[in-house]
Amino acid sequence: MKLLWLQSGGCGGCTQSLLCAEPRPLFDELRDAGIEFVWHPALSLESGDAALQILEDCAEGRLSFDVLCIEGAMLRGPNGSGKFHLMAGSGRPMTEWVERLARHARWVFAIGSCTAYGGFSASTPGNPLEACGLQFDTDEPGGLLGKGFQSNGGLPVVNIAGCPVHPGWVVDTLEKLAFEGLAASDLDAYGRPLLYADQLVHHGCSRNEFYEFKASAEKQSDLGCLMENLGCKGTQAHADCNIRPWNGSGSCLRGGFACIACTEPGFEAPGHPFQETPKLAGIPIGLPTDMPKAWFVALAALSKSATPKRVRENAVVDHPVIRPAVKKAGK
Amino acid sequence: MKRVLVGPFNRVEGDLEVSLDVDAGQVVAARVNSPLFRGFEQLLVGRVAQDALAIVPRICGICSIAQSAAAAAALASASGVQMPANGKLAQSLILATENLADHLTHFYLFFMPDFARASYVDRSWYPDVASRFAAIKGSAAPAALGARAGFFKLIGFLAGRWPHSLALQPGGSTKAMTAAERIRVLALLREFRGFLETTLLGGSLEQFSALASESALRDWAAGRAGDFPAFLNAAYDLRLESVGRAKDLFLSYGAYDLFAGGVWSPEYGETAAVDRLDPAKIAEDVSHAWLAQGEPLPPALGETVVDANKAAAYTWCKAPRYAGQVAETGALARQVVAGQPLARDLVCRHGASVTARVVARMIELATVVPAMEHWVKAIVPGDPFCNQLVLPDSGEGVGLVEAARGSLGHWLSFRRGRIDRYQIIAPTTWNFSPHDGSGQPGPLEQALIGLPAGEEAAPTIQHVVRSFDPCMVCTVH
Repeated sequence: MKLLWLQSGGCGGCTQSLLCAEPRPLFDELRDAGIEFVWHPALSLESGDAALQILEDCAEGRLSFDVLCIEGAMLRGPNGSGKFHLMAGSGRPMTEWVERLARHARWVFAIGSCTAYGGFSASTPGNPLEACGLQFDTDEPGGLLGKGFQSNGGLPVVNIAGCPVHPGWVVDTLEKLAFEGLAASDLDAYGRPLLYADQLVHHGCSRNEFYEFKASAEKQSDLGCLMENLGCKGTQAHADCNIRPWNGSGSCLRGGFACIACTEPGFEAPGHPFQETPKLAGIPIGLPTDMPKAWFVALAALSKSATPKRVRENAVVDHPVIRPAVKKAGK
Repeated sequence: MKRVLVGPFNRVEGDLEVSLDVDAGQVVAARVNSPLFRGFEQLLVGRVAQDALAIVPRICGICSIAQSAAAAAALASASGVQMPANGKLAQSLILATENLADHLTHFYLFFMPDFARASYVDRSWYPDVASRFAAIKGSAAPAALGARAGFFKLIGFLAGRWPHSLALQPGGSTKAMTAAERIRVLALLREFRGFLETTLLGGSLEQFSALASESALRDWAAGRAGDFPAFLNAAYDLRLESVGRAKDLFLSYGAYDLFAGGVWSPEYGETAAVDRLDPAKIAEDVSHAWLAQGEPLPPALGETVVDANKAAAYTWCKAPRYAGQVAETGALARQVVAGQPLARDLVCRHGASVTARVVARMIELATVVPAMEHWVKAIVPGDPFCNQLVLPDSGEGVGLVEAARGSLGHWLSFRRGRIDRYQIIAPTTWNFSPHDGSGQPGPLEQALIGLPAGEEAAPTIQHVVRSFDPCMVCTVH
């Protein structure tokens, strides 16, 4: 299976994250799955004219490839000219290259939330860059390729959303496609592969004992649950970050900071400070979506009243000050 | 004379195009273009000041921690918050991990593959170097990627994830290291040291960092097995120690309390003290950028207003200047400013060069990893890692840090809690800046002049461009 990879209005972080793939080094993992790069801007030897020749051959259908991977937002400005991102050496807008290449791709993958939904560029007030995703404009179907776009393989754009993507999300989706195929039923309503997006960041969170008792962190570096005060959206964000760790053993929550729901369209402009939970009458708005609010408030009140001293006190410091009690066998 | 356009200039971070005027097979003038505009400075305006911590890492996927550190430092300077000792150690560890991983990624994935080009097929070192460093397929890649991923596990423990962590705060770090994590982190550092000593350098870090002159370096490398000695052998064969000189005025903000900041030039003398850095002497010129024309402005007063049809412009990159002068930044600048003897000897003999820039990255790997081992041991589990940020209603701040590629500065001001100005000067904005209003070309533009170019030319231009390890996504933030 052949990949052609291009980068546009993004930070390159999805490629950099991908290179952290584990347990096997990325190139070995892909090679043994029969996956190879036709060209990748960060990794391939060919530069200048040699690189442009490869891209032109792909865009004209002379050189076949299977998956078009795009990283970074589509920048259509200023005034629809695409000049905010011209493909180096070609003088042509990247948006034009992407449209030409997408016509010949069997599958099109949006790598990261910028490519999927437009990213920070699209969420700037007034969107001066005229940024969008490949098939979404924030949470609205549309984007550069249009809401009805299907690649030759019969799928809409596969949105491997995340800012950045976890390397496992990309590798697993590619290997699923290579070995078993990918169907529309493998994607959710925002085009995300269910293999990582049918979980919530909340699942497997190491702070779950604090969540159970609503024992909340009050300030940065506290150990408690980050939902009540510090802006955590782990109960609403679709991703398996706390089941499939980052960089060996990490996650945002394990790192001590809130989930900002970077796999969700529009996460860039939440309408409140990222590290603060908006509240109404002292009650956080944006509670878990699949739980009636009244029930949540009632349960929270109950669980807070039942919080063990250990959990309550450990929640507001940066290291445990009360250890779990040790009991004798059988008592 | 003919004009040659080189692009896409790949295996750099982001988008780069280089336009060369070539006469009789030599470059007589160069124009460096960043053909991508992202506009993060405008994007930040109107946001709550602390939101910068979540937004600025997204400027760059290869030095996102450095961007975080600059924003955190700018907010800290606006608030007066101090970091507890653990917080400072944790921030240094997190930033150093990213900077050193960058040096490794650059060497193996971005820089060395050019030595595997067919134009070197007649060189004695070619067969070994080509099979080791060929892009993607080379024998060096698996171990290098493994070492990189393993090293980034430090960030898994210390900052949650990489890239785009929110752990770095003005008052320290959100992640207090546990006693168990301290043991694991030390083990990871030993593992990384092992890779550097056996595979990359072929000798101990301490032995390498003690080399004090070019002749000592050559003696050390002679006949030595290792990926860096293999580079050095090829580089001396190609005389890359005298290729790629820019203006030889070096700028560094100083890093981790380990490398002093300042400004230095070989004209001052090999053992001369540095000029103290005066940030007030920094200004950005926009005369050749697609930005509304105006006088050069210090970043605290800077503007970024698009003018996509400006006639004299050829890039989205501004031209930062220090006291009106072209300055180079990066690992080499950091080391010569800090007075590192080997780096200074190389620059005093030949000026800045491809070889000197690569050697400087190796010096950093060899000196910073042992420092990291000390920082981890100095952390006291149980002591605080983070002090609370209390921002005034209005204010301004400056954050000056060193990213892998050099000096990174954030200048912000805010009113009623919201950002009203945010200006960023990234390392590659210095190094890959265009001509300024007085006609001075930027550092890379100067470094390319006189190089061989054309159909049959060796890839010297490739080596020079990549010796700076450019980060174009930062440049155009």
